[in-house]
Amino acid sequence: MNVSSVKGSMSISSSTSTWKAGDTISDQFPAGLRVLVVDDDPTCLMILEKMLIACLYKVTKCNRAETALSKLRENKNGYDIVLSDVHMPDMDGFKLLEHIGLEMDLPVIMMSADDGKQVVMKGVTHGACDYLIKPVRIEALKNLWQHVVRKRKNEWKEFEQSGSVEEGDRQPKQSDDADYSSSANEGNWKGSKRRKDEEEETDERDDTSTLKKPRVVWSVELHQQFVAAVNQLGIDKAVPKKILELMNVPGLTRENVASHLQKYRLYLRRLSGVSQHQSNLSTIISAQDPTFGSLSSLSGLDLQTLAATGQLPAQSLARLQAAGLGRATAKSAVPITLVDQRNIFSFENPKLRFGEGQQQHMTNKQQVNLLHGIPTTMEPKQLVSLRHAAQSVGNMNMQVPPHGPQSSQNNPLLMQMGQQQQQQKSRGQILVDSTINHAPRLSSMGQPILSNGMATNVSSRSGIPENIRAPGYSQTPSMLNFPMKHASELPGNCFPLGSTPGVSNLTSKGAFQEDVNSEIKGSGGFMPSYDVFNDLNQHKPQSWELQNVGIAFDSSQHSNSLQGNLDLTQSALGQQGFSSGQMNGHNRSAAVASKAMFSTGDVKELRSAQNVNQHLNNLLVDNTIRVKSERVCDTSPANIFPDHFGQDDLMSALLKQQESVASSENEFDFDGYSMNNIPV
Amino acid sequence: MESKHVHQQIAAMRQSFFDEEVLDEKFSQLEQLEGKDNPNFVEEVFTMYFRDSTAFLETIEQAMKTIPIDSIKVDNILHQLKGSSASVGANKVLKEVNKTRQVLGKGNLEGTKAGILELRKEYDSFKAKLEPYFQLKQANSVAQEK
Repeated sequence: MNVSSVKGSMSISSSTSTWKAGDTISDQFPAGLRVLVVDDDPTCLMILEKMLIACLYKVTKCNRAETALSKLRENKNGYDIVLSDVHMPDMDGFKLLEHIGLEMDLPVIMMSADDGKQVVMKGVTHGACDYLIKPVRIEALKNLWQHVVRKRKNEWKEFEQSGSVEEGDRQPKQSDDADYSSSANEGNWKGSKRRKDEEEETDERDDTSTLKKPRVVWSVELHQQFVAAVNQLGIDKAVPKKILELMNVPGLTRENVASHLQKYRLYLRRLSGVSQHQSNLSTIISAQDPTFGSLSSLSGLDLQTLAATGQLPAQSLARLQAAGLGRATAKSAVPITLVDQRNIFSFENPKLRFGEGQQQHMTNKQQVNLLHGIPTTMEPKQLVSLRHAAQSVGNMNMQVPPHGPQSSQNNPLLMQMGQQQQQQKSRGQILVDSTINHAPRLSSMGQPILSNGMATNVSSRSGIPENIRAPGYSQTPSMLNFPMKHASELPGNCFPLGSTPGVSNLTSKGAFQEDVNSEIKGSGGFMPSYDVFNDLNQHKPQSWELQNVGIAFDSSQHSNSLQGNLDLTQSALGQQGFSSGQMNGHNRSAAVASKAMFSTGDVKELRSAQNVNQHLNNLLVDNTIRVKSERVCDTSPANIFPDHFGQDDLMSALLKQQESVASSENEFDFDGYSMNNIPV
Repeated sequence: MESKHVHQQIAAMRQSFFDEEVLDEKFSQLEQLEGKDNPNFVEEVFTMYFRDSTAFLETIEQAMKTIPIDSIKVDNILHQLKGSSASVGANKVLKEVNKTRQVLGKGNLEGTKAGILELRKEYDSFKAKLEPYFQLKQANSVAQEK
């Protein structure tokens, strides 16, 4: 059966040992599916058990969440799916959902007598595979096995796409530890890092998987501490060692933290993917911001939730933009940051295919960072929040709420830059500044836009709602338009973007946001940076990698912007699951933008932007990254560039840049680092 | 024949529940889950349901007498009742639960008290109808075995 094959392949995922278990039942699948049902009401529990048995499943019932968790921990591969009630006395169903997702990564179906939209949404955003309303019909249970297969298939695909999800995850981790500071190696960075990461990864892997150390049980409290520590450090700076120090738990080893961190990232990624599947970004992106709340905590999860809910996207986007922009100003540094960022994100972005793609990846990552940057605190949070997505839906990377941190410059650029830069660590302040100006606008505008675009793009995986690109855009469009205008003004700014690797990314981000707003598309201006983001979005495997181009706010922005926005958001959000589809349209614009960027004459910038994007992308999540890099800028519509002109050209340019930079992190070949190299 | 007569009686009782909408299709679904290996499944479920729901109602009634009234607690229990009543197909009881919850949600405590009275009435009536039904069924199956 396909199931079995899928199952077999799934085992690569470190998080699910169940896959292997799955193989055993593949013969009579779905009969024999091992279900764990948790409900505090004995009547319901009894009925559910009976119904599940009638479906030929193997049922285990618990009436308490803690019991269920301990059963799951004792026998990690012993269950295929979990059915849980929402209202339980000892633990909230959503908390249980989170735990299961983190520790065991099993599909979880929520149940409740409550059919209020908010609650259902919460379930979706927390990563539930499905939400059943009581009274549960047996027909609904008959379909349970589909969730198992679907989940496995997705994970497997993710694995494949990223080339090595685990590696990807690990890399960032590793990089955090080791290469953080030296990520600036150009060219070799990626390679060496990867090697190092791999080594370390394997070590860790060994530690976690083969070593029979006394298993650490990640209790709720422990996990809270972990999350708090990660949030505090910032997702991109969240190195196991530092987390360990912050947590200050006796007996906890760095390996424990590292493996948990990895799983957490996977979880976030999954969340964004799940949310993407579930919500499919149908939620409106309306720039509803309020949910955005704290930027810093947004992280991918928020985005995801946003995406899921569709509400946030706009906000998150805006936030992201803001965050990104903020970063830009704050950081203006540099290429190095980019690299670092890349490192961080690299784990997420599995493949940076081309320079452009890489940028996207970078942007992804960076986006995540960028977003963080803007609010200044977003960086770490963003990443972290990504993981935590479910928590603050609004937050999603958008943490940018401070919209205007940056100045009212054309946000698009700023945003892009900000986003990228932030993440990248202030790639080029110059760019940042310029972008910042934009960003403010973008943030305000972009937010909604971003959220839209980004949500769609990013959220796919990490739950960045942004992917939702959809309808929400309307809000942003107006916003984006602003930037767009500026974009034209910015051209000058754009350049600086180019110089600053980070910046360019940011800009692209901003641009993307605009792109996202689809409306903006026309306005173009965003551009290139979007490309970077677009990549993130992955929607289209087109090579959006240029997204980082951000600099090309000019005309290309329009088309790019859309994409850029998308990309931006994605990258910014670090969304793992950029909705590839969405970006396509956006990518185009981004591509155009990137082209425009190049046209502006700064190939480097573009590259850097791309790198940024890529970087971001990488960061964002394997899923997203993959998409991004793939995204090739489609012939962006009309704006400036008639089409990607030469994405190939751009790519090569980027590649060159990147090479010097140090191929980044995961799959990118040239990663956003090229931005670093960009001789400003 | 006696058993036939009882059989008809049981069938008539059952049909009346549906006619009066005391029970809904969920009940039929539960019946379908019954099989040779567990012929008394539905009865077991209802036994459990009555046991828990009676306790829930009593808790709610107690809670409504305290001052100040802990509406959160009351709402939680009502939510529980909602889930279990829906799962067994107790249609009218479910309706009352929903009505009361709505009133409580609006902050209308007096209205809630009245709602709970209604709920209690409906529940008692439901129990009074179903219990003899199951007893009859049980007696009949035992008789048939003989």
